Amino acid sequence: MRHDERRVSARRSSVRIGCGAGMSDDRIGPAADLVERGELDVIVFECLAERTIARETLARSRDPERGYTPTMAARLRAVLPACRRHGVRIVTNMGAANPSAGARLAQREAKDLGLPGISCAVVKGDDVTDLLRGMGSLPLLETGEPLESILPDMASANAYLGADVVAAAMDTGADVVVTGRVADPSLFVGPLIHYFGWSGADLHQLAAGTIAGHLLECSAQVTGGCFADPGRKEVPGLSDLGYPFAEIDTDGRVVLSKTPGSGGRLDRATCTEQLLYEIHDPAAYLTPDCVLDITDVDFVQRGPDRVEVRGAAARPPTSSYKVVVGYFDGFIGSGEITFAGINAVERARLGADLVQQRLARRGLAYSETRIDLIGMTSLHGRDDGRGAPYEVRLRVAARTTSRAAAAAVGAEVRSLHMQGPASAGGGIDQGVQEVLAVKSVLLPRHLVTPSVEFMAA
Amino acid sequence: MTRSSRRVYDLAHSRAGDKGNTSNVSVIAYRPEDWDTLVAELTVDRVAEAFGHITRGPIRRYELPKLHALNFVIEGALGGGVTRSLAQDPHGKGLSSLMLTIELPVGLRAQQDGTRSARETAES
Repeated sequence: MRHDERRVSARRSSVRIGCGAGMSDDRIGPAADLVERGELDVIVFECLAERTIARETLARSRDPERGYTPTMAARLRAVLPACRRHGVRIVTNMGAANPSAGARLAQREAKDLGLPGISCAVVKGDDVTDLLRGMGSLPLLETGEPLESILPDMASANAYLGADVVAAAMDTGADVVVTGRVADPSLFVGPLIHYFGWSGADLHQLAAGTIAGHLLECSAQVTGGCFADPGRKEVPGLSDLGYPFAEIDTDGRVVLSKTPGSGGRLDRATCTEQLLYEIHDPAAYLTPDCVLDITDVDFVQRGPDRVEVRGAAARPPTSSYKVVVGYFDGFIGSGEITFAGINAVERARLGADLVQQRLARRGLAYSETRIDLIGMTSLHGRDDGRGAPYEVRLRVAARTTSRAAAAAVGAEVRSLHMQGPASAGGGIDQGVQEVLAVKSVLLPRHLVTPSVEFMAA
Repeated sequence: MTRSSRRVYDLAHSRAGDKGNTSNVSVIAYRPEDWDTLVAELTVDRVAEAFGHITRGPIRRYELPKLHALNFVIEGALGGGVTRSLAQDPHGKGLSSLMLTIELPVGLRAQQDGTRSARETAES
């Protein structure tokens, strides 16, 4: 089939698009269930956290055929047969730092499964690392410092591409679209543009597609994940959460649902929590496709686990792409040990003091040190007289530019077994983490050139 | 005037999200009739008090009346950002449960009707 024919025949009045993963370590099984039972047109796998590409860029530098999401092969193996049976197309950012290699992997996996004839489209152009090397004066978002301050330690720089290039990839007719960095909602909006032929002027429709993508992109977080509180907020079938899909029509009507017969719940409460997840100003959620305004959004229950989303609005997008810059930011060393019984908290505090004294005595420098008493202060950070727990686990973590100094933190915590307060149990040297951190800059759009490469079956 | 109080937990549910070094924490009324109480009593000042040991960064509050929801955007709350924080909970997922511990006065309905039209209220 020629590509232009595919494009014309793709037009339809309604599309079902599902979410098969909301992070690289998401469960694998629910996506296959959704493809089997969801009557989908497209399934999207969103697997890139902010720093993931930096990590995969390092993997690519060691092996030019690496750099895609490590779980990509397993995810594709789980869904490709069902996708072929039901005619479901795949869109995923699991290409990470190496979408071309990701697409080659997809074709190899398909062949191994006895499914020859899988074509891929690769979205390219998000990698702006070389470009940014010459743009040290760009201000970092949040701090306003110049990019220059982290350039020497830069590991990767990727622009959040938009739905337009994803749509172009769909237009090729590819069975699998593999991208690197693309704004999460745009992974969903791209196929809608492909099927419906929306233009940049169709702001009502782009708003609908963007809000659908935003609600879907974290998989089970809209179907009962991250929600249950026993006795207060119950979720039926929590161990078998179904993954969500949206039915979207060409005019921008959006109805959310989830895998038939699966666990979980999809209703006004779960949708409202997920709508506001990672949103700042509700009147201005910036994506490469539009500025989404959710101020007047409302949810209407249309049936069991069926929710219509209404009231999203949008303005045209800004003239910039957001770029996430990964950079090396030193080391974190940490260690943990537990105290129980009478005076446990005071012994833990003495242990924390000892570790810090020992590290200072050894002349090791740390730019930041954090003491947690797990069971008291580790998540909310304060001990406001709720009473001492029976057991408490001490955790010491510290930041440093030296791997050796980072290793010393865990070693000193571990030595509390023999040379610390009485009765210290379960000392673990947590070891050393090399920190790949991220910051963001805005880059004028005209400096970025997204493109599509088609890989025939 | 009563001296009693009730927790945000009794009126609302909540989820926390992360972006860079900023946490956003939603507060969603279970019952429409509690929405006015949340708008009047769950002020930026009360949230700043509860989160003051975590961040001194600005806190902004946004209102979504149709959903009976507030959205608090709390800057500087994530220990330098998810990717570099020393914390055990670098995403700040647990901050929603801190929001729910805040106690609100009962029977002290503030006369805030005049300020309700502003979508973005105070900034501390």
